[in-house]
Amino acid sequence: MIRRITGWFNRHPRTTLRALLAGPLGWISIVYLGSLLILLMHAFWSKDSFTGKVEPFNWTLDAFAQILSNSVYLTIALRTIGIAMLVTITAALIALPVAYYMARIASPKARALLLIAVTMPLWASYLVKIYAWRTILQSNGLLGWLLSPFGLEGPGLTEIVNTWLVLTYLWLPYMILPVYAGIERIPNSLLEASADLGGRGWMTFRRVIFPQLIPALAAGSIFTFSLSIGDYIVPDLVSDAKFIGNVIYDNSALGSFPVAAAYSFVPIGVMIAYLFFARRLGAFESL
Amino acid sequence: MVESPLLRTILRLFTGAVMLFIYLPLVILAVYAFNASPLGGWPPSGFTVNWFGEAAGSEAIREALMNSLIVASISTVLALILGTLAALAMQRYEFFGKSAISFLFVLPIALPGVVTGISLQSSFKLFGVDLGLHTIVIAHATFCVVVAYNNVVARLRRLPRSPEEASADLGADSWMTFRRITLPGMRTALLSGGLLAFALSFDEVIVTLFAAGPGARTLPVWVFSELQRSYQLPVVNVVALLLVLVSVVPVWIAQRIGGGEIARGGR
Repeated sequence: MIRRITGWFNRHPRTTLRALLAGPLGWISIVYLGSLLILLMHAFWSKDSFTGKVEPFNWTLDAFAQILSNSVYLTIALRTIGIAMLVTITAALIALPVAYYMARIASPKARALLLIAVTMPLWASYLVKIYAWRTILQSNGLLGWLLSPFGLEGPGLTEIVNTWLVLTYLWLPYMILPVYAGIERIPNSLLEASADLGGRGWMTFRRVIFPQLIPALAAGSIFTFSLSIGDYIVPDLVSDAKFIGNVIYDNSALGSFPVAAAYSFVPIGVMIAYLFFARRLGAFESL
Repeated sequence: MVESPLLRTILRLFTGAVMLFIYLPLVILAVYAFNASPLGGWPPSGFTVNWFGEAAGSEAIREALMNSLIVASISTVLALILGTLAALAMQRYEFFGKSAISFLFVLPIALPGVVTGISLQSSFKLFGVDLGLHTIVIAHATFCVVVAYNNVVARLRRLPRSPEEASADLGADSWMTFRRITLPGMRTALLSGGLLAFALSFDEVIVTLFAAGPGARTLPVWVFSELQRSYQLPVVNVVALLLVLVSVVPVWIAQRIGGGEIARGGR
């Protein structure tokens, strides 16, 4: 029986292809793309003013009007984008020397060890890492204890600076790995040529190494930027600040679902714009 | 370029400091799990293993752990099936719209998790699907497919085609060839892809919070709701340590198997 079926598939390669793709493509199109479409429609639907329930296919621009009429939504969007950019720049500044050390100075054995050391935390529970920082940052935590001899206090769990610190901590490996791969790809001869032509260390870095690393930095920044833009757990657990994700999450649970849906246009739009920007820098070849 | 000894030392010290920065919080967490004081300030006030017993005895934690294991297992199986089918189609066939489809498969991890979460919730709402473990499984399978897909595609790309051709020449039909040649070649990629998908699902919270109903809590959701309260139970430290181990150990095994693609795909 199986023999007859497979024999038939052998003679019809197009049908085999369709059979292979039907499941995964169907799942992604229906479950994921379908949901995205339904989300976008929710943004244009009205809600019952008494029950707060969404009224499907009752078209209105109320949700957008509500977002545009209150400047808080703009402030939160700008704050989130600002922190995400700051996190991306900080991660890049930390990643460059670390990746350089890993790729060009560390012994092969140390390099392999460092690669694993950088990769493993990516998988060590996201939530637990935030929790660990909570215990460090809280007023009676490790940081407060270290600062107390100097008459200083711990930052507590209200400062927006905490989000910058913790998001950088979380996404740093995503920046180190592509930058490391980028530095490893630069041929030695290029650096020798620069030295022969009189390029000192800094000059070589600025004129030879850095330009070659731009695609790798852009590739890493897609992760650090996208993951920061969408985060709502970090601001919730280590600060008082609200991010784009908090507006979406809070409104989906208790507030207005159309507002949550309409505000989702912000991270989607920002990410699409950012992906275009990153592609121009050659990020997709470095992914 | 030859780096000066000073520069080399500075870079070494800087890298060491960054590694300390990466690992110190995790070490502190492990220390807290054995802290005798229930208040959780620094420094710890004594050594105890009592919280492990208390965590094991907690009905809520056991239930959340079971939920997490169920969700991660089913999502992993679904992701492996869908990811493998997709990988075979994308790697073995040329067809119109191929690059668009490969972009589609990575979309669930390219867009922020909060967008994935609220999208799924909006369609569950519209179709009147009650939120529960099944909705979490649907959500997790959707982004776990990418991990399975990446692993299998990477393996298929390296696998030589000649044994398959030889098998066909020797008269084996395509099912026999798949079962005896292709599948054994993919086995470790499936195993490591499965472990990574499991770790990803076991740990996920951003999308899960949108897909989880009030009654269905996974372990990370339980931890999150505990953290949102003002006081923190010391058992949270134990669960946190468990979460780290359950997500890191599979990845470590996957790395040993050498399935490739470990760096990518986390979130």
